[in-house]
Amino acid sequence: MPRATAPAILPGSGGMRGALSDLFWRRPQLLLLIMLLPPVLWLGIVYIGSLFALLAQSFFSIDEFSGLINRQFTLKTYGDLLQAANLDIILRTVTMAALVTLASAIVAFPIAYYAARYARGRWKALFYLGVMLPLWSSYLVKIYAWKLILAKEGILTWLLAKLHLLWLLDAWLSLPVVGGNSLSVSFTGTFIVFVYVWLPFMILPVQAALERVPGNLVEASSDLGASPGQTLRNVLFPLALPGIVAGSIFTFSLTLGDYIIPQIIGTSRLFIGQAVYSQQGTAGNIPLAATFTVVPIVIMGFYLWGAKRMGAFDAL
Amino acid sequence: MRSDRGQSAPLSLKIAAACGLLFLHLPILLIFVYAFTTEEKSFVWPPPGLTTQWFAVTWNRPDVWEALSLSVRVAAISTAIALVLGTLCAAAVSRTKFFGRETISLLVILPIALPGIITGIALRSAFSLADIPFSFWTIVLGHATFCVVVVYNNAVARFRRTSGSMIEASMDLGADGFQTFRHVVLPNIATALLAGGMLAFALSFDEVIVTTFTAGQQQTVPIWMLEELIRPRQRPVTNVVAMVVVLVTLLPILFAYYLTRDGDQIAGSGK
Repeated sequence: MPRATAPAILPGSGGMRGALSDLFWRRPQLLLLIMLLPPVLWLGIVYIGSLFALLAQSFFSIDEFSGLINRQFTLKTYGDLLQAANLDIILRTVTMAALVTLASAIVAFPIAYYAARYARGRWKALFYLGVMLPLWSSYLVKIYAWKLILAKEGILTWLLAKLHLLWLLDAWLSLPVVGGNSLSVSFTGTFIVFVYVWLPFMILPVQAALERVPGNLVEASSDLGASPGQTLRNVLFPLALPGIVAGSIFTFSLTLGDYIIPQIIGTSRLFIGQAVYSQQGTAGNIPLAATFTVVPIVIMGFYLWGAKRMGAFDAL
Repeated sequence: MRSDRGQSAPLSLKIAAACGLLFLHLPILLIFVYAFTTEEKSFVWPPPGLTTQWFAVTWNRPDVWEALSLSVRVAAISTAIALVLGTLCAAAVSRTKFFGRETISLLVILPIALPGIITGIALRSAFSLADIPFSFWTIVLGHATFCVVVVYNNAVARFRRTSGSMIEASMDLGADGFQTFRHVVLPNIATALLAGGMLAFALSFDEVIVTTFTAGQQQTVPIWMLEELIRPRQRPVTNVVAMVVVLVTLLPILFAYYLTRDGDQIAGSGK
């Protein structure tokens, strides 16, 4: 008997595997559910669960005499947060985060603009790697490198001595808040290292935003008689703003939470992250530590809400 | 400025961009010089002399080897978990529209968008509430959670570039779902997964903040370095380890860039 031509509709492939495969094909919702279940369960239980555990802890309080945690709902720990010393920590951290964000935006802009508008081909790849490599190289090593640079006997002092500018460094270090014994134990040092470590997070979104600006827009602006400065202020800056806001989400949020940089390069006056760390560790006051972490969460919540309204998420 | 002057950048912009890039790179290069310095006690610049003896000293330090081994094991297992979870999530999100899709992408990104200290202390307070003792696995739990996003970002970008009609064609030709996955989907996303995996490995290898909260007595390489930064024992050994860490993290990243350079974006959404 001659073999018949293949039927238009194949029979089911048979077996467990075939049956499963057919089932998934007929009911894509089921497949979707099975694909989503493991990641959602993991992130939901491990991460969101932990966040709720943290939030719950922030409503507990610590018994000042026994040092034990009193697991009863109270707002007392939030009241402790309003003590002058703690408010001081919050204010210091937020000011630093704002300054770091501003400085990152200023330093990032020329790099991002050059990469977006002038770099082509091999140069473009080089610029990309030039930003990616520092972004991904070890965070602690970067801080360590700056310890070497900013230390009293380090490279910066040597450089300034060669340039006969040591008087400038001394004058700066003798200033009240920003100065200190050496750059590696001053707010100036903390600021420089924060800007350095978060800078790539600002460059990438600004570059993405600038890449969407058509080149002839800039040309039209100059043909109409605008000076380069006017073009920058009235054309480029407004168009790059969503990118800057997107980058600032990272620089701002990361500065709010960091405790390693101010600990290694900084004064003894605390930042939020350090307060959290010492409250949960040495002081054993987990409720107060939890309350402190709620501060950056709330600040970032408002920040993200504002950023979304400015269209920053499209620039990410 | 007239527009017919061509595509050359103004000098001031060139200088500003070059200075910015130098600012980003010189400090890292400096580490390489310090690994060879003969100075033991302080950070004297320029180095009084150069030597390779610290490499031998570092080689013979058991604590360095223990930290390295723990870091590699944690990073390997976290990467494996992140590969599975991230790929599943990316496949689901990129193929279909469903209720709660935005929420799920937010859920994946959140562990990395919020500062590390929040992830760290949240996990720690959950462990203490649930009476889970610190171990190798508590570190992995934290690392895998924030590594998912890197795999997810890379996989989603690749899924979006892969045409759905290929899958339909494969099914029309008689392959079942599993054969299609093995012979059509997997080869298409393999390099993106490899790149995502390498970045996840680098991210876990480097993570310090979450690890301080989820580790008990164990020391990963970053924890070891942090300890040395706060209470230095032998500075030159720290210099050598720092240099090795730079090399160990940079090579996977260069390779990941090479794998995804046409089209996909390397997950730049940060740590």
